[in-house]
Amino acid sequence: MKIIVDQDKCVASGQCVTAAADVFDQRDEDGVVVLLTDNPSEDLSADVHQAAAVCPALAIVVED
Amino acid sequence: MSVPVYPMTRATGCPFDPPPQLRDLQGEAPLVKVRVFDRTAWMVTRYADQRKLLADRRLSSDVGKPGYPNSVARPVQSDEDTGIGFILMDDPEHSRLRRMVTAPFMIKRVEAMRPQVQEIVDNLIDDMLAGPKPVDLVTAFALPVPSLVICRLLGVPYEDHDFFQQNSKTLIRTSASIEERTEARNNIGRYLNELMGAKLANPEDDLLSGLAERVKAGELTRRDAAGIGVLLLIAGHETTANMIALGTLALLEHPDQLAVLRESEDPKLVAGAVEELLRYLNITHNGRRRAVLEDIEFAGEVLKAGDGVIFPNDLGNRDADAFPDPDRLDVSRDARHHIAFGFGVHQCLGQPLARMELQVVYGTLYRRIPALRRAVGLDEIPFKHDGAVYGVYSLPVTW
Ligand code: SF4
Repeated sequence: MKIIVDQDKCVASGQCVTAAADVFDQRDEDGVVVLLTDNPSEDLSADVHQAAAVCPALAIVVED
Repeated sequence: MSVPVYPMTRATGCPFDPPPQLRDLQGEAPLVKVRVFDRTAWMVTRYADQRKLLADRRLSSDVGKPGYPNSVARPVQSDEDTGIGFILMDDPEHSRLRRMVTAPFMIKRVEAMRPQVQEIVDNLIDDMLAGPKPVDLVTAFALPVPSLVICRLLGVPYEDHDFFQQNSKTLIRTSASIEERTEARNNIGRYLNELMGAKLANPEDDLLSGLAERVKAGELTRRDAAGIGVLLLIAGHETTANMIALGTLALLEHPDQLAVLRESEDPKLVAGAVEELLRYLNITHNGRRRAVLEDIEFAGEVLKAGDGVIFPNDLGNRDADAFPDPDRLDVSRDARHHIAFGFGVHQCLGQPLARMELQVVYGTLYRRIPALRRAVGLDEIPFKHDGAVYGVYSLPVTW
């Protein structure tokens, strides 16, 4: 599983952090998404896909 | 065939479901024409299509664009007081302004506020339990919780809450006259502009002072700063308060679901129940609005430049393709992909805060007052059919 985030698209809604806090974080100044790991363990797969699905800005792409 | 008028009225006796006429349109086609105020507009009826189009940059949130489908005449704004707030702007200006205020709504920052919110909630419940009953849940609890929180976060004196609650109520009441709404808009605008002046002179540790710093640094006009303040103050008041009162009523009407919530110690279940109630209730029940900037082919139709488009989120969230058995309130279902906060770049900025407040409320109120119940008949409860935000004007409860 490989994750790509687009920080320019992100609107800092924090949905990804709620869905998968081990994988996504938010930048202190403005809440823009920060990827903690771009290749997380498989057991986080469901959470990561959930994060991509709920991201309102379509800023998260997951490649399996 | 005649074009139906939007928004539509809900069925009597069914306070939580979207209007039946609206549901019928969902069955009819993915795109239908409706009449609003002074024009016809497209309505997107289905969940998946709403998500797709709300993320489409060829649709504009700029209320000044040709075709923007208002349901009522917009209040006239006094130019010298405040800007319009980024909700009615497009990128890049929208995201430039929005990013200036996102930090306090980050998950980490919001979580750090949880103990304070818990204290606010506990204190208000203590007062309720110590006072006379029945009591109106709206004035005793549902409105004070988010008001105290947003005032603290913005740096607005809570003592002034009667003033801005009255004005914000008028502003979002669609049955108010254009003069009344204009006056209310300008009252709040003037208030925020003056407060911004005070923060410029004496900055404190709050969101408005942060904006004042940016005004000083030349990154933001004072007018835009005050406009953002108006937006956050109103949004912070009206939405969460209605989710607390209407959500409580919905749970009282579904005792089996209330029992599931009350008897669980699992914060995940409480968080899930919050999502389900957001999906089920859809308090922003007059739809998201957009104007088409360039022709879009969609579902066999062409949305032309200058057309208006409406996205009723209450319909999307009751789409059986996205949520099986959609009219059933089921606090144990996974409803996290609902669109009660909207979708796309304008999705609600305050949602982490709203979620946390609602989690604290739903996880505390029914457990501390297990015998909580309606003090009047359901037919005696005044619903906000005429509001841009749906809910109840009052909810007398006892225990
Ligand atoms: S869910 Fe999307 S928009 Fe929200 S913080 Fe994460 S990447 Fe940004």
